[in-house]
Parts: sequence; structure tokens; C-alpha cells
Amino acid sequence: MTALAAFFLFPLVFMFVSSLKPSGQILSDVDSIRAFLPVGDISLDNYAGVFDRVPVVQFLLNSIFVTVAIVGVGLVVNSLCGFALSRLEWKGRGLVLSVVIATLIIPFETIAVPMVYWVSKLPTLVFEDGLLKYDFGWLNTYHVQIIPFIANAFSIFLFTQYFSTIPKSIDEAARIDGAGWFTIYRRIIVPLSGPAFATVAILTFLPAWNQYLWPLMVVQQEELRPVMVGMQYFFQLSPQWGEVMAYTTMITLPVLVVFLSFQRAFVSSVAASGVKG
Amino acid sequence: MLQTTTSSAASAAPPAPVPEKADRTRVPRRSNRAARRERRTGLAMAAPAVLLLILFLIIPVLLAFGLSFTNARLISPNPPRLVGIDNFLRAFSDPVFLRSTLNTFVFAAVIVPVQAALGLLLAVLVNQKIRGVTAFRVIFFIPVVTSIVVVSILWKFMYQQDGLVNSFIDTITFGAWQGTAWLNDPNTALGAIIVLSIWQAVGFHMLIWLSGLQTIPEELYEAARMDGASPWQQFANVTWPGLRSTMVFVLVTITIAALGLFVQVDVMTQGGPLNSTSTLVYQAVRKGYREQEIGYGAAISLIFFVLVLIVSLVQRRLTRDKED
Repeated sequence: MTALAAFFLFPLVFMFVSSLKPSGQILSDVDSIRAFLPVGDISLDNYAGVFDRVPVVQFLLNSIFVTVAIVGVGLVVNSLCGFALSRLEWKGRGLVLSVVIATLIIPFETIAVPMVYWVSKLPTLVFEDGLLKYDFGWLNTYHVQIIPFIANAFSIFLFTQYFSTIPKSIDEAARIDGAGWFTIYRRIIVPLSGPAFATVAILTFLPAWNQYLWPLMVVQQEELRPVMVGMQYFFQLSPQWGEVMAYTTMITLPVLVVFLSFQRAFVSSVAASGVKG
Repeated sequence: MLQTTTSSAASAAPPAPVPEKADRTRVPRRSNRAARRERRTGLAMAAPAVLLLILFLIIPVLLAFGLSFTNARLISPNPPRLVGIDNFLRAFSDPVFLRSTLNTFVFAAVIVPVQAALGLLLAVLVNQKIRGVTAFRVIFFIPVVTSIVVVSILWKFMYQQDGLVNSFIDTITFGAWQGTAWLNDPNTALGAIIVLSIWQAVGFHMLIWLSGLQTIPEELYEAARMDGASPWQQFANVTWPGLRSTMVFVLVTITIAALGLFVQVDVMTQGGPLNSTSTLVYQAVRKGYREQEIGYGAAISLIFFVLVLIVSLVQRRLTRDKED
């Protein structure tokens, strides 16, 4: 099993180690075990090089902002919908629930191309010469990277499933005590549903951080781009592999740190995602 | 599928609480007013998500459908014009599209059984009660949390003529077999992408298999051991039958992910060499976005979606069989 573990780790070890070496040494070390060892001319020069080449801090902030917004707002919007679907009686509930379940199978790749067309036609507010005007086209904005990913059929489904396992008698009791529905949601259901929130947060965090196809298409402006698309700046001429490795290390480390700190929650979240089968 | 989405878009629009035809309150004593408020609150709470789903899921699906019958372009002074099934006829006579479809099928045909089997193997390995097994679970899962963009770049470097993969082959064969520049050779490029794709995603399916394994009651194994079943017999008669619904789920998720192959191709080969790694989604993005032919791109996306739909229907069938 240790050999297997090595097989799963070697590209990442190689990445970390190479990020500390000059590009020439990376290529010459490939022939030996030195490729995986931090030996020779070790320095942080590549990292400095990355900062010179691209606005890496801006890219990281963009990605963090977009990810936090998608996960944070998504938790509220999707859990409210899940609450309404699992605990309240209202007209159209059955229809909404069946549509949510039906849309689970639509992969993003199917709608990516028409969606570019669609968002390029949507109205948006712009500040121009101190005036608030409206214009058409969502391209090159932050919100085009966020809003389409807030509502998530799978998150709604998970919340609905989880909330419906909490006894309904709690609601009845709270209502007799004079609590409104929103209070029941906020004071009773949310505190009882930590695992559901953790699962949804984890399952939406990864794709949000790793977004590539969508920002590639809708964000041309350098200062709005997320880290994955920022990658492109390293392949214009002959790539400086040392800098490439430093950049990939910088955009991978935050995710690895989050993953290793919450690995228990990660594992159970993925297991929970398999339950839908 | 498309019909249900249409009707929802239409019926979710009028939010006015219609007067109730029959008072179906769950608690008999509850007043009408409370029931009406419950109805209104329910709708209000669901509304943001429902609205966003309509705007960014259902309308784009309908658009994919509608645009595929037009000659729409991303930036064009002329409004889109209906062209009937021209885009589909064009697709099926376009050698690059046909090659992309073939590549997509080849990719799926290899990935699905191999990745599912390796995932199961890993799951059985990490399901043992030995020390340090959690650490291995975590390690096998690390490639999954690493961005596929990063993974593709790393492997692209390793696949070079003078890269890690070749130097490794050189070492273990004592120089007897020279590798090639894997991604530049039409015969090996798709295979190279397959290997890294399996490496990246197998940990995810290991965890799904693992959660399936853990639902099998320990008593069944005890009983089997009492009857003198060998480890292999235990696997064949206890484990495997207990994993049926997990298996359906794993196969379907791998198939759908495999049909959607895009990032690896975009980062590593741009569909080359000689279209040997181009895929359906890659073509849809290339035509629909990079060459701005939204109509044609939408038609290819729709063909991809039909494939996904077929896979999902097969899944339905397989899971229904189990319940009968």
C-alpha cells in the first residue's frame, strides 16, 4: 500500500520540490531520484518570478472572493429552498421538487456554450461618469462568475433530504410557542443541521475554486480572472518550468490545507454524495 | 425531461396564492390564516433558488435546444436565423466531429471499467482494520482535491520526451525501451490522457465504494467465515451482491464525467495531434465559443446531453430492476 501511496503522491511531491529549483535543474534532475528531493540550487526565486510575471495576489483574491460568495450565499439560498421543500406545505412544492431532481442530471458542459450567449444578453448596472446606468452583457464582471452557481440542484436535494429526517413535531411545538417559519429555520433547523451544511459547503467549495471553463469564456479582463485561468500566462512563449511549478504550488496549497484540516468532513461529504444513487 | 422543465418555468411564474380548493391543513385546528401564511412563506423561501435555477439552468437548456436550430453567432449584427437541422447534418458529416465522438466513446469505454475496478480495489484495501489506514484514504484522495488544471500541467511536463515518465521507463527497462513524447504522438496521446484521468479521479470513487462496503453488515462475513468461505468466496458472495446499487452509481458518475472530458484536452493537447484527443465537449467549446458559432456549438452540446440522458435512463432501469 505504501508503493500505491507513492504513486498517488509523486506528481505533487515533484511539483513542490521543483518549485524550489531553477528551470534548468528541474530538467536535468528528471533522470534520477533527485527529481523528488530538494537538493542542488534551492531558493524561492521562482516564487519571486511568479510575482513579477502575473498579478498573482489579485488572482488569489479573485478566486477567494468568488469561492466564498458561491459557497456562502449558496448555503443560505439552497438551505432555505430545502427547508421550504421539506417542511412547509405550499402550492407548487411537488412540482419544484420534481424539477430540482430532474435537473440533477444536467451537466454544466451541456449549457456552457448557450449560457455564454445568454449572459452576454442579460442587463447589468454600470457606473459611468458618476452615474448609475444600465447596460447589456454580463461578460467581464465578478457577478457572472458567481450568480449562475449560487442555486445548485444537488445542494437543494441534500438539504431537503436532511431536513426531512428532523421530526416535524419540533415545528409544531415551536409554532405553538409563537415562532414564525423563519425563526424555526434559523433557530432550530440550521443549528441541528451542521453535517448537511458541511457537506454542501465542501461539495461546492471544490468546483468553485477549480472553475476553469466558465471564467475562461466570460472573463477576458486580467484583473478579474481567477487562479486557474491565470495559469495561461505561463505558457505564452517557452514556459519557465520553475515558475510554472511555483504558481501551481501556490494555487494548490490553499485547497490542500483546507482538505487536510477537514479531511474527516471531506470523506463523509463525498460518501454522502454517493447516497443519491 | 425538457417537457417538465418547460412546464415548471411556466407554472412557477405566477406567484399569487390561489385560493385553496380544499383545506388540506395537517393540523385540523390550525386557522386558515396560518395555512395561507405557510403557503406564502414556503413560496418566498424557495423563490430565490427557484428563480436562479430557471435563469441559469432551465433557460440555458432551452436555449441550447433553440439555438441548435439556428445560425446564431456570439457577436453578430444579424439576428439568428432558423436553419432547421443543418447544424446536426453538418455535425454528422464533419470528420472532426465524428473523430471527437469516437474519441469520447473510446475514452469512456476504457475509463469506466478500469477506474471503477481500481476504485473498488483501493476501497477494499483501505477498508481493512489496520493501523494507519485513514492516512492512505487521505493520500489516495489528494489528487481529487487537486485542480484538474494543475494535474494536467504536471502530467504534461512528465509526458515530455525527456520527462519523468520516460526516464522512469528507461530506468526499469534498463534502457531497453525508449519512450516517446506521449502527447505528441496520435497513437499515444489519448492513452496518456486516460492514465492521468484515472490517477486523478480514482480516489473519489474509492470513497463511494468504501461507503458502500461499510453498509454491508459484519454478521454476513462472520456467517460466511463460519461456513468456511475463503476470502475470495466472501467477496464474490457477500461483498459483491451487497454493492449493487453502489456499482450502478459509480458506473453512471464515471460515464457522465468521462463523456464530459474537456479540461485535460484543453490544457494538454488542444485536441491534437491530428484530432486524436478532441472530444465532444472540446468541439462544442471550440466551435461555439472560440469560433463563435454558437448555433453549431449548441447542437454539439445537445448531442452530448442526449448521451448523458441515455446513461441516466439506463441507470434508472438498473436501479428499478433491483427494487422489483
